[in-house]
Amino acid sequence: MKRTFLSRALEYLIELIIKLCGISAVIFIFAIFYFVFREGASFMFGKFKPLEFFTSPEWYPTSQSHVRYGALALILGTLSVTGLAMAIAVPFGIGAAIFISEFCSSRVKETLKILIELLAAIPSVVWGFIGLTVMNSLIIRIFDVPIGLTILNGGLILAMMSVPIIVSIGEDALKAVPDAYREAAEAMGATRWQIITRILLPAAKNGLLAAVLLGVGRAVGETMAVLMATGHSIRIPSSIFDPVRTLTATIAAELGETAVHSEHYQVLFIIGILLFVITFVINLTADFIVKGIREKK
Amino acid sequence: MFKETSTGREKKVIERIAKIILGLMTACMIIPLILIVVYLFYKALPILSWDFIIKVPVHGMREGGIWSPLIGTIYLIVISLGMAAPIGIFAAIYLNEYAKNNWFTRIVNLAVVNLAGVPSIVHALFGLGAFVVFAGIGRSILAASMTLAIMTLPVIIASTKEALASVPCAFREACWNVGATRWQTIRYVVLPNSISGILTGVILQVSRAAGETAPIMFTGAVFYKAVKSGDIFAYGILDQCMALSMHLFTISTQVPDVPEALTYGTAVVLLVTVLAFNITAIFLRLFLRSRKKW
Repeated sequence: MKRTFLSRALEYLIELIIKLCGISAVIFIFAIFYFVFREGASFMFGKFKPLEFFTSPEWYPTSQSHVRYGALALILGTLSVTGLAMAIAVPFGIGAAIFISEFCSSRVKETLKILIELLAAIPSVVWGFIGLTVMNSLIIRIFDVPIGLTILNGGLILAMMSVPIIVSIGEDALKAVPDAYREAAEAMGATRWQIITRILLPAAKNGLLAAVLLGVGRAVGETMAVLMATGHSIRIPSSIFDPVRTLTATIAAELGETAVHSEHYQVLFIIGILLFVITFVINLTADFIVKGIREKK
Repeated sequence: MFKETSTGREKKVIERIAKIILGLMTACMIIPLILIVVYLFYKALPILSWDFIIKVPVHGMREGGIWSPLIGTIYLIVISLGMAAPIGIFAAIYLNEYAKNNWFTRIVNLAVVNLAGVPSIVHALFGLGAFVVFAGIGRSILAASMTLAIMTLPVIIASTKEALASVPCAFREACWNVGATRWQTIRYVVLPNSISGILTGVILQVSRAAGETAPIMFTGAVFYKAVKSGDIFAYGILDQCMALSMHLFTISTQVPDVPEALTYGTAVVLLVTVLAFNITAIFLRLFLRSRKKW
């Protein structure tokens, strides 16, 4: 069959578009870094004081007399909320991953996986709303504290939000352990619990680590839920019943009120660069760990 | 046969305890999900009606319905889908059908993974810096949709890639052997056999775009905009708009004295929209798996 010049040209064009779209993700990643960096750059290389930014808790971006951009309290806010969330989400997530992959019939397994997927689908603003209303009054009533919008509240919400990712990646990691390992252990007379603690967990530890890392990445970058659930207080927290403000919440809360290209606006973009770099490193590490496992097999 | 020793029994007990504890841990995540949905519905019940959907918010958003944010969200979904779907599907075709197994493909895949991991607020900063300020589009539905499209791109790429990969290689080889070109094979064999899987990705993208707040906050969504009740053509593409997720944030944190039912009602509509799309995608996937011919 002879093909016309037109159809060949058309096909060439389509393949070109496909290739362009193929590398779009790379272009977008660079574009994100470039544009976020670009907006913050002139201040970053000008009057920006990195030492103050990382070590001073004094965040007074709109002060009339003496403007200060110390992000320590915000960084600690992010660390404390993420830390609490992980302290809850990691054991529960890995526990659930073990339960789903080792103790369930395939029917129950499918149902649980669907429910976990739905849990992951709940929008962050709805989580924030739940923190603001339900969790807030629950915490006030249970712990008899004056305010419920605290690290505890944000940590619980973030734990619920990052648990699905830990479960699904963790379950993949456990599934990736060859059945021969399980069979060999069973042939030696090991019980299922022994197989889990002595065989599966050591064999899947890298995959589980990647699952935890991705959970951390999700928690660090979460915005609306922590904005609504942790109360707005810029200070160094002393207990889990203190309200805090995270890096992400600060951008969301203040960006709307700043003039484009003002100093304050640029500092918020510098926080954005910091968040971008943190999550980039976390995702990259997790990906290398997962790829490493796949190549070994 | 063998008689069980006491240590054997002990081991059995440990195993049973472990199973119960792990099961409880799993239940700890599932039960709150159900409780939350039920509780939100219970609180929102008095206000949920057709009127609530079709009316616009009035009296400083303390009365009325959710028409203006709802239609804004639909605009954002449709336009962002119109941009993300072709790029995402083509990108997946490239990664699955054209890309060789080399370092460059590795980088592209890494970029997709990282794009999915970029925090939503950083996407917001990007949208503001690139579309609103640099490109000069200004805060508008267009700028917000572009930001959402880039943010949700990995969802479509991942699902489409999976759908394409599930088409057996033998199909392609058979097609090549009768003289079809690469693109003809994709167009007439690979895509028709994976279209439902691609649809799953599209539905998931819609669900994701409907729920996001941070990326549209500074790129196109506003607290309030006056539109007419039931007006489908409420916004132009360069207008700012209201959005359901943003509206929930606004009335629950920024506006004082909003009746409780109104906020719960908005939350339920948003939650139901998002979960409905997800459930559709899940059932589509299960249906496809059960019906697979190869």
